Amino acid sequence: MSSYKHLIVAALSIGAISVSSPAALQCAPVPDSITLNPNGKLFSPFTFNHAKHIQSIKECADCHHHTTGTLVLDPNCARCHQNSSPTAVVSCKGCHSATPFSPETLAAKRADKQRYHLDKMGLKGAMHQNCIGCHTKVGNGPTGCQDCHPRTQQGAAFYSTNRKGAKPAHAEEE
Amino acid sequence: MKRRNFLKACLIGGTTIALGKTNKGWASGSFEGYPEAMGVLVDTTRCIGCRSCEAACNKEQKLPEPDTSFDDPSVFEHERRPTSKAYTVVNRYQKEQPSGPVYRKVQCNHCNEPACLTSCFVNAYTKTQEGAVIYNSKVCVGCRNCMIACPFNVPGYDYDSATNPIVKKCILCYDTRLKYGKPPACVEICPQEALTFGHRADLIKLAHERIRATPERYVDHVYGEKEVGGTSWLYLAPVGFDKLGFDTTLSNDPIISNVKDFLGMVPMVLSIWPALFSGIHLLCKHEEQDGHGHDTDSNQEDTKP
Ligand code: SF4
Ligand code: SF4
Repeated sequence: MSSYKHLIVAALSIGAISVSSPAALQCAPVPDSITLNPNGKLFSPFTFNHAKHIQSIKECADCHHHTTGTLVLDPNCARCHQNSSPTAVVSCKGCHSATPFSPETLAAKRADKQRYHLDKMGLKGAMHQNCIGCHTKVGNGPTGCQDCHPRTQQGAAFYSTNRKGAKPAHAEEE
Repeated sequence: MKRRNFLKACLIGGTTIALGKTNKGWASGSFEGYPEAMGVLVDTTRCIGCRSCEAACNKEQKLPEPDTSFDDPSVFEHERRPTSKAYTVVNRYQKEQPSGPVYRKVQCNHCNEPACLTSCFVNAYTKTQEGAVIYNSKVCVGCRNCMIACPFNVPGYDYDSATNPIVKKCILCYDTRLKYGKPPACVEICPQEALTFGHRADLIKLAHERIRATPERYVDHVYGEKEVGGTSWLYLAPVGFDKLGFDTTLSNDPIISNVKDFLGMVPMVLSIWPALFSGIHLLCKHEEQDGHGHDTDSNQEDTKP
């Protein structure tokens, strides 16, 4: 590693230490808990224990690709982003669109011929893949839908929950 | 209907069909779908088998209540096919694979050159420029040729109504969403973004890019890119497609190419057989309409004696 990079890493780690001060790197203080799925219709909103995750994971970039504190670790991203500054926005919704397949999003993608990140995930996909992916890998986190966010009444109707235990469709067909 | 009228209907019907067929590209590979067609890329490495897509399809298409809830995992014990009550189903494969099971969503693949469409002699099927293969129940005679012709075994049949049988299958949410540029209901609900909606041409590039970027994750093949002349639904998989219930013996030629030569040899089949059937159909429809007023469907008006 070049001394230049060492310098950046050093500078950034100082940033990480003083991260609780709002002035540092213009970032907001790290929240201890976050309400996810705030507008959920089929599944209720729930509280995500950020503090607990920080404790057990330690490396911010394991969840946030680039954060206020570390360089991008993914060697693939580093090819272009090794000198990128830590971004002001680290929340998923800062980059991942909530409507990745809307006519507007698709048209904008088509129009922008220079665009590199063509396969960027939508918000819902990014979050679920992040959570479920890691929980599956480490083997000790919830992976079922309702383990995190219980269904609403509307959700129960949508999934025909009351028909649990009924004869499966294939039993008739044979 | 008089016998004379019946024969007249047969003739007119036959002519319409003969003309119709030429527009549909009987020559092998002459039609590559519509350039602006939309599609869906299914990444089976992302799917977790939550069956939300099945539930969303059920609600969007106003299908009957399922026999068992959409979170009953017991359905995975058997391989399922789409039916008239479920236009899409998720199956589980490769349970023993070290990285866990692989789930695969099944529905109409919306072929570029649909075998269902070419096999239908009353033109009940339409391939729209948005990529969807839709179906008009008003002209369907219920012969079920499409069910036999479909290489993916997709169209389901509603047997509940004996007098007005209806073929049922995924229509890519054409009426309610695709027409307005919106993604189908299954895509919108998928929590894992296992389903990616976009222009078919872009999705093919995207699929190959995913393989290139993470070659350890995928087998190097995009199912549906070339199979039976290409389909609007495309698939990526972590293991050989044959292990996930895909038919890997299908040729890259559209299904119609396989029977074209045979049909050429026996033009009588083409001219008489469909005409006869549509004649019978018109006869039936005519009787029906006498009691119920006129059908406004243009396809019928054209051939009405
Ligand atoms: S998959 Fe079958 S039903 Fe769907 S368009 Fe192709 S041939 Fe027709
Ligand atoms: S909604 Fe998505 S993740 Fe769930 S079963 Fe369907 S394709 Fe798979």
